[in-house]
Amino acid sequence: MTEEDLPTETLKKTALYPCHVAANAKMSPFAGFLMPLQYQGIIAEHMATRTKAGVFDICHMGEFLVHGPSALTDLEYLLSAPVHTLGVGQCRYNLLCNDQGGVIDDLICYRLSEERFFLVVNAATTEVDFAWLQAHRSKNTSMENLSEQTAKIDLQGPASPKLLQKLVEVSLASLRYFRFTHARYRGREVLVSRTGYTGEIGFEIYCDNALAVEFWNDCLQMGAEPAGLGARDTLRLEMALPLYGHELSALRNAGESGISRSIAADKTFIGCAAVRDPSRQQSRLVCLSLQGRKAARAGDALVGADGQVTGSVTSGSYAPSLGHAIAMGYVRITDSKPGVRLTIKGDRGELSAVVQEAPFYREATARRKMEEFL
Amino acid sequence: MSTLPVRCTDTHEWARIEGTVAVIGITDYAQHALGDITYVELPTVGHKIKKGQQCGAIESVKAATDLFAALSGEVIEVNTALEQAPEKVNQSPYQEGWMYKVAGFDPREVESLMDDQAYKAFLAANT
Repeated sequence: MTEEDLPTETLKKTALYPCHVAANAKMSPFAGFLMPLQYQGIIAEHMATRTKAGVFDICHMGEFLVHGPSALTDLEYLLSAPVHTLGVGQCRYNLLCNDQGGVIDDLICYRLSEERFFLVVNAATTEVDFAWLQAHRSKNTSMENLSEQTAKIDLQGPASPKLLQKLVEVSLASLRYFRFTHARYRGREVLVSRTGYTGEIGFEIYCDNALAVEFWNDCLQMGAEPAGLGARDTLRLEMALPLYGHELSALRNAGESGISRSIAADKTFIGCAAVRDPSRQQSRLVCLSLQGRKAARAGDALVGADGQVTGSVTSGSYAPSLGHAIAMGYVRITDSKPGVRLTIKGDRGELSAVVQEAPFYREATARRKMEEFL
Repeated sequence: MSTLPVRCTDTHEWARIEGTVAVIGITDYAQHALGDITYVELPTVGHKIKKGQQCGAIESVKAATDLFAALSGEVIEVNTALEQAPEKVNQSPYQEGWMYKVAGFDPREVESLMDDQAYKAFLAANT
C-alpha cells in the first residue's frame, strides 16, 4: 500500500488547507500531509516564480528549538557543517549523519542567540530527527519540537522583495543571503530568512499557525502566484538542489553527494570518519542533461559507455526554464566527469544523457544584491 | 462533409469523424488528470494501428502514460506542432491539440465507442 492508498482523512492538513481548497488546487499526499501539488499548472507556477513571485505552503516541514549552555557543542557534534562560526542572525545548510556516514536528514540551522538555535527539517523525517537529537543531547540542552504550531511559507522570485517589504516593518535592503531577521507583520512577530529552494531571490517566513492564512492571502493580494509541490520540485531540480529521499538517504555515504561545502573538513561529528573515507565511496552525484523533452525518472538505470550499469537516476523531470529534460543520479566515480555520455534505461525505453556541472539553470537570482529588487 | 461529435474510449481518447478521416486525440478529462503535458510520442505516418493497442505515449511533468489506438486503420497524418508545443493538448484537447488522423477505419468500431452521454456516465462511475 502506498501513500496514495491512504484515505485522505488520515492525512494531516496544514493551516493553509482551506486556502488550497478555495483555490481548487490539485491536492496530493506528501509525508503524511495532504498538500497542494498544483493550482493553475506546474509549468505556469514554475515560470511565475522565476519571473515574478511564487508563494508556497511549506507548513509541513518541522522546526525545533535547541538551547542551553551546551547547545553549541551538541550541534557541533551532530551537524556536518561548522556551527561555532555561525553568527547570530546567520543560518547554514547541514547534513545530519548517522554513524555509518549516511544522511538522516538535511536541514538548516539558524543561530538565534549565543545559546539558542532553530533547526528546520524535512516533514517525513521530523519525528526521527527529533528522537535522534534527543538521544544525543547533553543533559543541560533543552529541545522543543515546534513543528505543529509553526507555519512556514516560502515567498520566492524577483518580485518577492518588493512584495514582502509591503507586508513587514523591518527593512529588507540589508538582509544578506543566508541571514535572517525577526520582523513585525500586522503587529505580530515573524521570522524572515533570505533562503529558499528555488534558486531565486526570496524568503522563507516562519510564524505562528494563527497568522498563516492572513499572510498567505496578503501575499496573493500583493500579486504572488500560489505555487505547489510540483513547481517546487522542478525549480529545485533545475538548481541541482538535493531532495531528501532521492539524492540523500540514510543508506548512502554523504561524501558521495559531493556537497563538500556543507561537510566540515576538520571537526569531529557523528559519521565524519565514514564521510571522509574515500574507500567507502564508489559513486558520485552528478547532473545529467538530456536532449529532448522525454524525461528520465527516479530509479532508471544509468549505463556507461562500456555497457555496464554504472548507477541510477535519483530525480528526473522536464525542466520548464530550459525546454528539455534533466536528471540527477549517482554514477561510478570514473563516469562522474562533465562530458561523459551515459544511457538511461527505464521501463519506458532508453534515453541519452551527458554529465554536466551544476546547476542546470544559470540565471537564478538568489545571490544578487537585494537592493536591485527593492 | 459533416463533422460528427466526438466519441470516446474507456482509456480517454476521442475520435471525430470528418468524412473518411478520423481525427483522434485525448479528452479534456485526460489532459486535466495528466497536468502540464511536456512530451507527446505519436504513431508514425503510414503505419497501420489496431484499436486498443498502444500506439504512442504522453508525458506530463509528473506522469507518463501510453496512448492507445481509438480505432484501427492507417495513420495518414500526425500533429507535428505537438513536438515543440505539447501544451496545445492541455489548452485545446479537441481542436489544436489533435494528435493523429486515421483512414480506412471500420464504422462499426466507431459505433462501439462511447458517445458524449455514455462517456460522461463512464467518468461519473469510474473517477
